[in-house]
Amino acid sequence: MSRSSLCWSLGLILFGLVLVFAPVNLTDYGLPYPGLKRYGTYIMTLWLVTAIAAMGVNLIVGYSGQETLAQAAFLGIGAYTAALLTKAGIPFGLAFAASGLLAFVVGILLGIPALRVQKHYLAFVTLAFAVMAWLVFRNEQWLTGGVMGLSGIKRPVVFGINTRPFLNFYWFVLAVMAVMAFCMWWMLRSPWGRAFTALRENPVRAESLGVDVRLYKLLTFAIGSAYGGFAGALYAPLVEFIDPSPFALSQSFLYLLMVIVGGAGSFLGPFVGAAIAVLLPEWLRFTETWYLLIYAFLVMVLMAFCPGGVVVLVLRIKAVLLPQAAKVRP
Amino acid sequence: MAEILQLVIAGLATGAIYALAAIGFTLLWQTSQTINFAQGEFVMLPAFFALVAMNWLGGPFWLSCLVAILVSILLLGMVFKLIVVDPMLKQGVLPLVISTIALGLLLREGAKDFYSAEAQPFPYIFPDRQISVLGVQLSLSQIGVLLIALAVIAALQLFLSRTRTGRQMQATAQNPTVARILGVPVERMIMYTFIINAALAAMASLLISPIYLAKFSNGEHLGLAAFVAAIVGGFNQVRGAIAGGLLVGVIDNLAAAYVSTGYRQSVPLILLVLFILFRPQGLLGRREERAV
Repeated sequence: MSRSSLCWSLGLILFGLVLVFAPVNLTDYGLPYPGLKRYGTYIMTLWLVTAIAAMGVNLIVGYSGQETLAQAAFLGIGAYTAALLTKAGIPFGLAFAASGLLAFVVGILLGIPALRVQKHYLAFVTLAFAVMAWLVFRNEQWLTGGVMGLSGIKRPVVFGINTRPFLNFYWFVLAVMAVMAFCMWWMLRSPWGRAFTALRENPVRAESLGVDVRLYKLLTFAIGSAYGGFAGALYAPLVEFIDPSPFALSQSFLYLLMVIVGGAGSFLGPFVGAAIAVLLPEWLRFTETWYLLIYAFLVMVLMAFCPGGVVVLVLRIKAVLLPQAAKVRP
Repeated sequence: MAEILQLVIAGLATGAIYALAAIGFTLLWQTSQTINFAQGEFVMLPAFFALVAMNWLGGPFWLSCLVAILVSILLLGMVFKLIVVDPMLKQGVLPLVISTIALGLLLREGAKDFYSAEAQPFPYIFPDRQISVLGVQLSLSQIGVLLIALAVIAALQLFLSRTRTGRQMQATAQNPTVARILGVPVERMIMYTFIINAALAAMASLLISPIYLAKFSNGEHLGLAAFVAAIVGGFNQVRGAIAGGLLVGVIDNLAAAYVSTGYRQSVPLILLVLFILFRPQGLLGRREERAV
């Protein structure tokens, strides 16, 4: 094992431990850390759920170079599917799978017409789809409860453990997120995943090497959308009440924004982006209604000076502060 | 029959306003490959400039409208190009798209935080009266809106096809490299398109705000309408944007009357998807040649 991969593994384990223990009160074990309360843990869980959806956007935008403006709609599909199925008494595991599968199928159906034509048309089709999905969530009262929403969504029992307590649910979502992150990492490392990158870098050359560009683009879009569906299936039991507003077009814009801000095409990007979108507003409570204004302004500045996002920005700052480390690398 | 005619005329009036926004959208795309996702906000904001001039500074209505157009040209045209678009062009299309999405958010939140979150009444430019022509009730204000919008569009068409500057702008849109070789000041022409876009957006804003009221969140609907109009009409044609705008306006209005109000918004979007499926070059557009 090389030194750098050892560093990465240690860092990953450390980060995992920090995440596992983040909400736990450690003062009884002699550590001066009071843990997180109910609301803090809720926000951390929301961050994990958002990160799953953002991973999907990153696959679509960062790795296969397409644009999606419908991730919130896919979250909505997942959330309503999971909520309706679990309310009908179907076990959460099945409902979770159904949510992802439905998002995947819808992704395929959207992608087939959109990818026949020019580059930006997927963005336009997803934009239209995002609005239409929102209209369905709002208007089909018999199914979705309309603007009144669906309430009383139960949290699942996993291997005999009830995830109703907020701490249990956090760990459950953390575990699911870890599995989904691993799947994504494995997918990107496989020969299949490397073809995505080839495709983004040089579609013509990739095609000449025998990569079926349209099929790959279609599958990446559908898998990325399925991540949105899975995230939605976790979002519903997290908030225990869903209405159409978190699945509106403006929210889809925010998902795209957070992935680019975090760093599209970088594995850590979606996590950083989701943290900026979910955790940062909590720390910047004092800015009140000005928060989105400031956020939008900073995004524009970031795009002008460092379109690679925060991950690239950090690497750049590191290179300035530690010039010798940069030189050693071959 | 009379009812349908009334709906069509009302639709043409809003459609002409959508066309103004859609033309600017296509012009920016042609000359600088800018997909402006803040276009809806560009149409929302000038009404607020007029409201500020009128209510905070106490100017008369006509002067406030003039101020709104000038401020829009300055901020949404020149400053937008110099500060937002220019530094981004070398970074490629996606960062610019993200930047305009963020700009849309900034303008929306800005209008809400600096002015008001409530919908603001906006004075009619024409008297809001009904007249009866051959048994059809027509609103004077709608006819006025339609006439102004069509006059602006006609003037723009004349400018683009008959004047030296207009033809240079078209040359820049079609092939910037060759235009530069032929001595066209390409940079200045691109700046002109941004100025024209801002002026058109300001006109659209002043015409539509009496109907929809001035509200910070109007941009979403207006942007979507302009967007659909531009694509349906043909992304690379000014004439297409006009046809697309009128079509979307009429369909929008007929859908509001004959389809359920809940799904009214979806009708133009279905039109958009159908066009992308069966006629991706749009009503009047040409197929764009592949770059590779």
